[in-house]
Amino acid sequence: MATPANSMRSTASKVGYWVDQRLPISSFWRDHMSQYYAAKNLNFWYFFGSLSLLVLVIQLVSGIFLTMHYKPDAAQAFASVEYIMRDVPFGWLIRYIHSTGASAFFLVVYLHMFRAMLYGSYRSPRELIWIFGMLIYLVLMAEAFMGYVLPWGQMSYWGAQVIISLFGAIPDLGIISGDALVEWIRGDFTVSDATLNRFFALHVVALPLALVMLVLLHITALHQVGSNNPDGIEIKKNKDATGKPVDGIAFHPYYTVKDLVGVGVFLTLFAFIIFFAPDGGGLLLEHDNFVPANPLVTPAHIKPVWYFTPFFAILKAVPDKLGGVIVMGAAVMVLFFLPWLDRSPVKSIRYKGWLSKLALALFVISFVRLGMLGMGEGTPAQLLESQIWTIVYFGYFVSLLFIPRLEKTKPVPERVTTSH
Amino acid sequence: MNKQHHSNDLRRATANRLLGLLLLAGLGLGSGAALAAGGSDLLSVDINVKDKAALQRGVRTFNDYCLGCHGADYMRYKRIASDLGYAEDQVETRLLPPGREMADALKSAITPEDAQELFGAVPPNLSLSARSRGADWLYTYMLAFYPDDTTASGWNNLVFPNAAMPHAMWELQGIQEQADAHDSADDGGDHGHADITDSFELVEAGLQSPEEYRQTVKDLVTFMVYLSEPAQLKRAAIGPWAILFLVLFSVLAWVLKKEYWRDVH
Amino acid sequence: MSEHEVNQGRRRFLTATTAVVGAAGAGLAAIPFIQSWQPSAKARVVGGPVSFNIAPLEPGQILRGTWRGQTIGILRRDETMLQNLQRVEDRLSDPESLVDQQPAYAQNQSRALNPEYLVLIMICTHLGCIPELVPEVGPQPYDEDWLGGFYCPCHKSKFDLAGRVYKGVPAPINLKIPPYRYIDDRTIEVGADPEQLS
Repeated sequence: MATPANSMRSTASKVGYWVDQRLPISSFWRDHMSQYYAAKNLNFWYFFGSLSLLVLVIQLVSGIFLTMHYKPDAAQAFASVEYIMRDVPFGWLIRYIHSTGASAFFLVVYLHMFRAMLYGSYRSPRELIWIFGMLIYLVLMAEAFMGYVLPWGQMSYWGAQVIISLFGAIPDLGIISGDALVEWIRGDFTVSDATLNRFFALHVVALPLALVMLVLLHITALHQVGSNNPDGIEIKKNKDATGKPVDGIAFHPYYTVKDLVGVGVFLTLFAFIIFFAPDGGGLLLEHDNFVPANPLVTPAHIKPVWYFTPFFAILKAVPDKLGGVIVMGAAVMVLFFLPWLDRSPVKSIRYKGWLSKLALALFVISFVRLGMLGMGEGTPAQLLESQIWTIVYFGYFVSLLFIPRLEKTKPVPERVTTSH
Repeated sequence: MNKQHHSNDLRRATANRLLGLLLLAGLGLGSGAALAAGGSDLLSVDINVKDKAALQRGVRTFNDYCLGCHGADYMRYKRIASDLGYAEDQVETRLLPPGREMADALKSAITPEDAQELFGAVPPNLSLSARSRGADWLYTYMLAFYPDDTTASGWNNLVFPNAAMPHAMWELQGIQEQADAHDSADDGGDHGHADITDSFELVEAGLQSPEEYRQTVKDLVTFMVYLSEPAQLKRAAIGPWAILFLVLFSVLAWVLKKEYWRDVH
Repeated sequence: MSEHEVNQGRRRFLTATTAVVGAAGAGLAAIPFIQSWQPSAKARVVGGPVSFNIAPLEPGQILRGTWRGQTIGILRRDETMLQNLQRVEDRLSDPESLVDQQPAYAQNQSRALNPEYLVLIMICTHLGCIPELVPEVGPQPYDEDWLGGFYCPCHKSKFDLAGRVYKGVPAPINLKIPPYRYIDDRTIEVGADPEQLS
């Protein structure tokens, strides 16, 4: 029957064929979706990779729309944000999506990173995935910091002042000195219009571009070796006659539909924050940032947004300017070396001993607790506690070297384990 | 379902529980130690920004007592008229101060230069005060003025000591003095749960009774909370529908996932 | 593990339903982003009504100003000019102003509340140039029997003294008449309808 529907379908398939001869669409789909196999026992923790990608897209789209109304000018920036909040149709919604998205980005990325630590996803052959991931995290920190400066409120201004001044800790090395570097970053003798303008350029063009490229590399590297799983075993070692891993299931449709559930739940929570608590009680949008930047008055209590506070607490815990900066930098950079620090014969926490579990639990507690302490006012008691947790934080990385010698691991099964 | 699976389940469950307990214990550690800033002396006020009558009373107080010196330049009368539900014939009589137009922003009656000369400081733009200070602070602040000969304005404030601002609404409140000035100055706010206004004694009655005055201030603060984020009315209106839709989508996605995952054994 | 257990119909139905609901969600989510391109509250305030003082206008003279950034012309027409509106009609493309290019109260031969004063948005309906007023009656390079009107230098479109477009020129429709009203005998406010209408 040559019904119109039929002929339309054949036309469509002809066009599809024509394009496919010239662009590797179907092979791309096969390699990365319909015939990309992931272990069938990926659990809750595996939602946060796709969610990070979702938040990246949300941030890109909402960010592009904000640049259409925002003015990167010290004299107009604050007012232009209020213009977005009040005068632009739905501007408030787009702005809250973007500001909440920043926090959501860090939340899902931290959980994603924790997953890697839980199941040894950074271990061979996935070291490069971890390295790209860490680079994403570094760029994300720069992106978030510069974005936070743009509303040009008191916290934007003084946050920028403090963070940029960290570079001033570098001693005079002849060719370069901290003070000269700080001046160069600011482009002025104080944080000013020039600083705002260049941060805007980096925030909306350079860093997002770097982020997107790093994400592509991260995923390309992942798909080269395949996803890890909660058992930390290689499903590619056990293939059936057709070459498909026996414990693997196709990413599409199984994990696309599963991730869709994650997307739904995430967006529900995300919408709840946006519509009912967009400033998160001062945690997501700080109260002092509703006061325009004033270079003459420092707010009583300067602190970064929650996702930076663990490192801020480490900075404050060290009673020396240069030392603090070095230790804080080390707290981030040490993560790069995880693939080589972890010497355990097994990847997944499931088959490590109780010492490993204790160490990871203490590490998580130290990170969360440092985050809370970083928001505090810095009383002597808080300072002391920060120092203790800083030691615990670094202690985790040291413990990775020794625990394998002290504990007995459990036998790793040949096949992935499922709970149903 | 074989035994291997069962023992795995059990082991995992125990490990998870252990991890969870540790996390809880860690977070509990020292959470008693106050990490946040103080300010517990503030009165707490329950604000309902959907109360249009309160908002309409608040905007009049704002017009009469705040706009003389302060501006709220990010807001226009036009927006207030549509958000607060004024009928067209009410706008002239009940919203617009004389000589102002609907398209005007809520600008101060005096220029910043004049204000600088008059008060020694430019009174802040009040558009966002409720977001930077909080409703409780504003409410308590307006109840905490007392006469003080040592300041330029002749007034002082318990919440914001040595503020440049005089008590704009003293005619309504009357004049209150600190009952035992020396005592309360010494232990400066360490009263535990004592009300910050307890130390005051009304020495000259105002046009309003203390209860009426508190209501006036509460209405004013209600308006200022709205003023700080007019979109919050829309947020509250759209939010439930957005969430309802997303819950529906999540349930659908979950059913779909269940269906496909019947293949996976 | 038996493949026949799979209910393909149910699977297709659920996939389609989720896809439709998801697409509807994406569509709804696009609304705020699309809406954010509309003129903002600030633009609407800046684009509020503008008053013009017409007292100094002599017959045949035009007063120019702007409303919402658009060029507004107010032309005071004399008796001859008004009579010529009738004479030119068979050469016009829409002499009765049937196309919605004016408020209802300006849909008449003179396209005005008061025939003496023409209030016009002077933006050519072809490609947006500003037509010039050529009030003189007499042969012009572009028209042998010119009865006075507006001539667009960009692409030679012609309009009569009520802004009605000639036949056979690039401009497709009459020039636009903005909403306006008389505050008093000497003041016209552009951007607002007459009182009894609002």
